Amino acid sequence: MVALDINEQSRPSRVWLSKLTGATGPLVGLLVLCIFLSISTDAFLSLRNGLNILDQITVLGIMAVGMTFVILIGGIDLSVGSVLALSMMVMGWTANIAGMPMPLAVVFALAASAVSGLLVGLLVTMFRVPAFIATLAMMSAARGVANMITDGQQIVGFPDWFTMLAIDRHFGILTATVFLMLAVVLAAWVFLHFRAEGRMLYAVGGNPEVARLAGINTQVVTIAVYVVSAVLAGLAGIVLAARLDSVQPSSGFGYELDTIAAVVIGGTSLSGGAGGIGGTLIGVLIIGVLRNGLNLLNVSPFLQQVIIGVVIVLAVGAETIRRRRA
Amino acid sequence: MTEPVLSLRGISKRYGPLQVLKNVSLDVHPGEVVALLGENGAGKSTLSGIIAGSRMPSEGSMTWLGQPYAPATPREAIDKGVVLIHQELQLLPQLSIAENVFIGRWPMKNGVVDRKQMVRRAQEQLSRLNLHIPASRKVAGLSTASQQLIEIAKALALNAKLLILDEPTAALGGAETEALFEQVRKLRSEGVGIIYISHRMDEIKRITDRIVVLRDGERVQEFADSATPVRTIVESMVGRSLDRLFPALPQPTDRPVLQVSGLTSAEDSFRNVTFDVHAGEILGIAGLIGAGRTELVRAISGADPISAGTIRLEGEELKLRSPKDAIAKGIVMVPEDRKDQGLVVEHRIGENIIYANLDKLAGKWISSRAKRSFAEKAVAKFGVKGRAEQHASDLSGGNQQKVVIAKWLMRDPKVVVLDEPTRGIDVGARAGIYDIIVNLAKQGVAVIVVSSDLEEVLGVSNRIMVLAQGNQAGILSRDEANDVSVMELATI
Repeated sequence: MVALDINEQSRPSRVWLSKLTGATGPLVGLLVLCIFLSISTDAFLSLRNGLNILDQITVLGIMAVGMTFVILIGGIDLSVGSVLALSMMVMGWTANIAGMPMPLAVVFALAASAVSGLLVGLLVTMFRVPAFIATLAMMSAARGVANMITDGQQIVGFPDWFTMLAIDRHFGILTATVFLMLAVVLAAWVFLHFRAEGRMLYAVGGNPEVARLAGINTQVVTIAVYVVSAVLAGLAGIVLAARLDSVQPSSGFGYELDTIAAVVIGGTSLSGGAGGIGGTLIGVLIIGVLRNGLNLLNVSPFLQQVIIGVVIVLAVGAETIRRRRA
Repeated sequence: MTEPVLSLRGISKRYGPLQVLKNVSLDVHPGEVVALLGENGAGKSTLSGIIAGSRMPSEGSMTWLGQPYAPATPREAIDKGVVLIHQELQLLPQLSIAENVFIGRWPMKNGVVDRKQMVRRAQEQLSRLNLHIPASRKVAGLSTASQQLIEIAKALALNAKLLILDEPTAALGGAETEALFEQVRKLRSEGVGIIYISHRMDEIKRITDRIVVLRDGERVQEFADSATPVRTIVESMVGRSLDRLFPALPQPTDRPVLQVSGLTSAEDSFRNVTFDVHAGEILGIAGLIGAGRTELVRAISGADPISAGTIRLEGEELKLRSPKDAIAKGIVMVPEDRKDQGLVVEHRIGENIIYANLDKLAGKWISSRAKRSFAEKAVAKFGVKGRAEQHASDLSGGNQQKVVIAKWLMRDPKVVVLDEPTRGIDVGARAGIYDIIVNLAKQGVAVIVVSSDLEEVLGVSNRIMVLAQGNQAGILSRDEANDVSVMELATI
């Protein structure tokens, strides 16, 4: 009992931190990584480089939010990379080939993404297709449609105001796209913590039968989550289009794996029901900082892939051991 | 008397400062069934673990057929002939019975698995247990009772001389229990020593030769006389005198709350069931496993579909498409499987209570503080020994069950359905659950209790409905109901 009381008292200082992140282990990892890179390179520790990293992680960051939701309910979404490409091509075609206004093109792109998410959601709930299979099918189909739109050609050149969204640093700090990512992350965090609908994701992921018997409409929750994941992938595609000033159907190839990696490094459990947005943000930052730092250290891109693989194993392994002890 | 197969002398076990077994001695003779009795946490599973080689004792010694015995792994114990059959069955559902029986020690011929021999030898063991199922059949889809017997067949194929059965009847109904007992008696006559762990007093008295009671890791008493009253045994288990297990039942009102008429399952698990439950009444539902009891209450709670019949709540006909519909009307269910249907055990108590009340909060902001105070209120109200921020997995079975009940009762339901409310819960904690059930009735709730424990249904119900093979065999008043009249109806 005495031991318990001591525990209680030493907690408060750490509580807000772990609540914010959901995973203190990855946070420590991120800090160690930053300290190491600050010492070993001259260029790492600067405002400019920091802002660069933020720019580089916007696409991954937005997609990882949707993936966190999916993994929280015990699912998986392999289609995000292809949906991102689909969204880009729909936007490019609407704006540059059909000649419609840019905002309308964005709406169409997001609508196309939502439809693909809805299809996945219906497959998973109504037809009981495992999420892995349903999203694998969507990964193939969405990529195909993205290619069909221009027969595999890229579309180049968007209005200046659009590309400036990813370049123009407001108040000398944040681009509109980085701001968008931070807003998505914050909104998702608030949603998961303070909305009943957010808590439902944990219930469904923890045990779908318990959730159903507790009166939660698990099918609606599941469909909504896949729609949100797809729409966020589509939004990430629009951000990528602004950054590149072009769209091509091969964009986003393999992004689903980076996204899953970020979520898992951030401590969200692949079996569902445990984890959160704070951890995912840290996971995204770890991948972003690692890529940036390894580039600054002139590490070859191939070796970078190996290192990221090792980091995934370390992060998940450390978390598993920590949980077993707790 | 014959030489004991197994002797334990002064066995103790410590985990750090925690002593879970203190100086326990025990002999098991061939052809003897010894009951190991005790509340949860009394040290029964630790002791059986030590005998079966999955745990090492801190002190003490064991002898096996006169030889020193100190198994370091389950494998070593199995090789000697000691087999522990767990409460949770450990069969691989997608493999054949034969393969399950010989898993890890497949009979070989010329370097490959001899499937013919495997099936033949498995079949021999099955027929030894009077189980007439082809050994080449897949395990998936077999009844729990048959699976239990397959576990035993597996032990027999290993030439077991000592069987440890841990709660073998927890998931069995009356007829299956009988079948199991017949086999246990047969094994006993063949000279197999059996350690039988169970909470069910009537079974223990029927099947075992001696009862050894453990309390707080110590062997406190032994009863060799089957005429010992249950109360004496239970009192020795809990270490205090029990004034009563079942509280006095209140008088039900004559206002019907739930009216079920001609209800028929879409999967044909029950047919044409008609009954009323009044405000303040507790209706018990008895029957054998597979009689359709769980399916019936799941349908009333909106969890399973129906093909015909009506459910009326306070006169209003309900069309239930999901548990959500039933809950919204005020019909809530405490499901039979606490860990798989009642709770997300890895999550906190507070979260679990919130999950049942999310619809009230939907569309609103919820603060962590409001959430916590809501959960703490529920925890305090129902006497759960725990705090809202504890994980449900840290609680005992009885306290977990209180959480499952508590999560519903914050909603002031009109009908509460409890399916096997005390399964796997020790005697001391049961009384607390019964108090909650009776208090619900006192507050005018219509309560339905499904149970395989006859003593429980008889003790806690105003009326008892008996199902037999999906048909309504009859409804007995409290005066008419006793174990004989209920079993007669159940086995029609």
